[in-house]
Amino acid sequence: MSLAIATDSTTTQRNWLEKLGAGNIILAVALVLYPLVASDFFLTQIGGYSLIFGMLGLSLMLLAGYGGMVSLAQITVAGISAYAIAILGNNNSNILGFGWPWWLAVPFAVLAAALASALIGWISVRTEGIYTIMITLAIATATYYFAQQNYAIFNGHSGYAGIRAPAFWGIGWRDAKPFYYLCLGLAALCYAAVLYGSRSTFGMTLQAIRDNPRRMRALGYHVTAHKVFAWLLSGVIAGLAGVLLVWFNGRVSPGTIGVDAAIDVLIIAVIGGLRHPIGPFLGALVVVLMQTFAIDIVGAERFNTLIGLVFLVIVFVSPDGILGLWGRIKPHLAQESLRPGA
Amino acid sequence: MRMHRRTLLALAVFTGLTAPSMALAADDTVKIGLLATFEGPFTVLGEDGERGAMTAVEEMKGMVAGKKIEIVKGSSDASPDSAVRAARKLVEQDGVKVLVGPLSGDEGIAVKDYAKTQPNVTFINGTSAAQDTTLRNPAENFFRFSTDGAQWMAGLGTYAFKDKGYKKVATVAEDYSFPYTQVFGFMAEFCKAGGHVPSKSWVPIGNKDFSSVIAAIPEDVDAIYVALGGADAVNFLTQYQQGGGTAPLIGGSITVDQTVLTSKGKLKDVLKGTPSAGPTADTNDAPAWKAFVEAYKKQPGAFPSPSLFAHGYYVDMKATLLGLDQVGGDVSDGGKKLRDALSKLSFDTPTGKVSLDKNRNAIADIFLTEVTEGADGNLLNKLVKVVPQVNQTLGIPEDEFMKLGAVNRDNPSCP
Repeated sequence: MSLAIATDSTTTQRNWLEKLGAGNIILAVALVLYPLVASDFFLTQIGGYSLIFGMLGLSLMLLAGYGGMVSLAQITVAGISAYAIAILGNNNSNILGFGWPWWLAVPFAVLAAALASALIGWISVRTEGIYTIMITLAIATATYYFAQQNYAIFNGHSGYAGIRAPAFWGIGWRDAKPFYYLCLGLAALCYAAVLYGSRSTFGMTLQAIRDNPRRMRALGYHVTAHKVFAWLLSGVIAGLAGVLLVWFNGRVSPGTIGVDAAIDVLIIAVIGGLRHPIGPFLGALVVVLMQTFAIDIVGAERFNTLIGLVFLVIVFVSPDGILGLWGRIKPHLAQESLRPGA
Repeated sequence: MRMHRRTLLALAVFTGLTAPSMALAADDTVKIGLLATFEGPFTVLGEDGERGAMTAVEEMKGMVAGKKIEIVKGSSDASPDSAVRAARKLVEQDGVKVLVGPLSGDEGIAVKDYAKTQPNVTFINGTSAAQDTTLRNPAENFFRFSTDGAQWMAGLGTYAFKDKGYKKVATVAEDYSFPYTQVFGFMAEFCKAGGHVPSKSWVPIGNKDFSSVIAAIPEDVDAIYVALGGADAVNFLTQYQQGGGTAPLIGGSITVDQTVLTSKGKLKDVLKGTPSAGPTADTNDAPAWKAFVEAYKKQPGAFPSPSLFAHGYYVDMKATLLGLDQVGGDVSDGGKKLRDALSKLSFDTPTGKVSLDKNRNAIADIFLTEVTEGADGNLLNKLVKVVPQVNQTLGIPEDEFMKLGAVNRDNPSCP
């Protein structure tokens, strides 16, 4: 009996391993071992930050890639959970701060973000294409200005400071290594969930709705409900990213959720590629590296020009981002290896 | 084969992420981080701050204690998050042990909080001038040789009440910690002298349309106190003038700064005669100031006269270099000697003697000025009076001053 179970589990395990694919496993091992070689700066400021923005890009990729809805309000959703953490937990701005423990504050913050996202979805599913972009941009901008000028809840321009990541199991989760693993763990979870979800019934239905909403409606599917549910799911991912973001910065202010940041998320998703959930993470890595190091390459006066040019080149060479670039190179490489003597 | 290529890709990503860690400075150079706003609404101000800092570096011919000065720049967009991110990069990646900056109020408070987590790095302010950067809950390793926004207002409230005869003044200022501090500094004197401030308008940074603000200003005020910076000041003043507003103005320190005075258009007539106060005066006759102006003008893109950002960054960079000189450029002890030297440092700047109080905030001269047209048609801040050696509590005993409370939108109030 026990033997049977053992053999059974090895077969499933092998299948499972095969399903994952060698590339994914190597990438996972590399990411897990990365802290052995990286400095604290590269762990959090590059690694952790890229993963957080990768998650934000992923939440957009879910909507845009599978649902055909391009949103500029993902950073707003993340901002809502970030502000919720500041308000429900502790901050040193002497405003609100209910002092809830993290295990209570985090679910509430993510829930708030998911509900807000669903609400934004509810408002914007009536629109399509460029109008969705416009309406979500309007929501993002309105939230930014509201946060900037509201003192009772958002504490105006200065926002909240002194927000600490929790410490439990004897680990301070804002220390470089734990924080990196926390980001990596949550990002991997969201990545796997999106990958799994895209092949689920719901995922398939959503993609069908993206391709032909009228036909799906005729088949008896509730198109609006499916779309709003996709917004809710993307809100969960963006909300988790928001929690990590506020722990990372230790503070949140309207600048965190400004239009610049909203556009950054879109850039990340676009230059990464919207076809596969790995795209936003690649995009985030490129964007974070550029934004951090461009100033060392060209100096303080023109570094934003360089960043813009690199993005322009990526999108010009490959309209579907870095992923598309890889997709284009791969067949060439494969062909070359087929040629005799090459 | 397929797997092989994937492996290569993974390896490429992996090594790319790990390659350059902590680049340590060579023994014969001293690395100094320079953090300013090179993007966003305060770009012009940040660039002038850099000119000021570089003037100080060039004055020392790029050397301190026989070591070459290496400046590593970091850029923020005036938001506290971006300032901390840039500071982190300079400290944790570029490995600077001495950092000069940032430029604006909330950034200063954020960087001070960050300074507490980096006890081995010495932070010297740029021009950020919020009161609470040093007054409440200060960081042991954060120094401000430029004064704060309330100090900059020394003498202005009394001057507006007594010499100008303004009894009722409305204020228009940006909605963050630096303008709060400026309004506090102005009202501290103005209200004490017997004046009233019936209306205070706070506008977001980067506001474009001021019509609702202008409509909300009571008609019976004698003057309007304006503490707006850069493009915000130009937009407000233009719209106020176009709207037929005629009340005379009182300027905050950066409202009638060179960054605004050099703007083109009809603003000239509105601005002429505006009293203001700040750490600099364009028509200062002191030889040290004139020498500074000449040195500053050698920087590329310089204004006719250095703005207070150039001045602030100059003073703070100069102090940094003097401190480093005293310790022989040695910060290998976690900067302890350097911080001791800086605490005791007292030196002559182009604008008079500067020394620090126990919170490591500067005590310095403040200049009362009035906008006039120079011989070449450029607007200038004419020196009216020097208020000597203003401290952070504006001459009020410390415990009494602390009782006034933290500055914010509602404090102080004298309607």
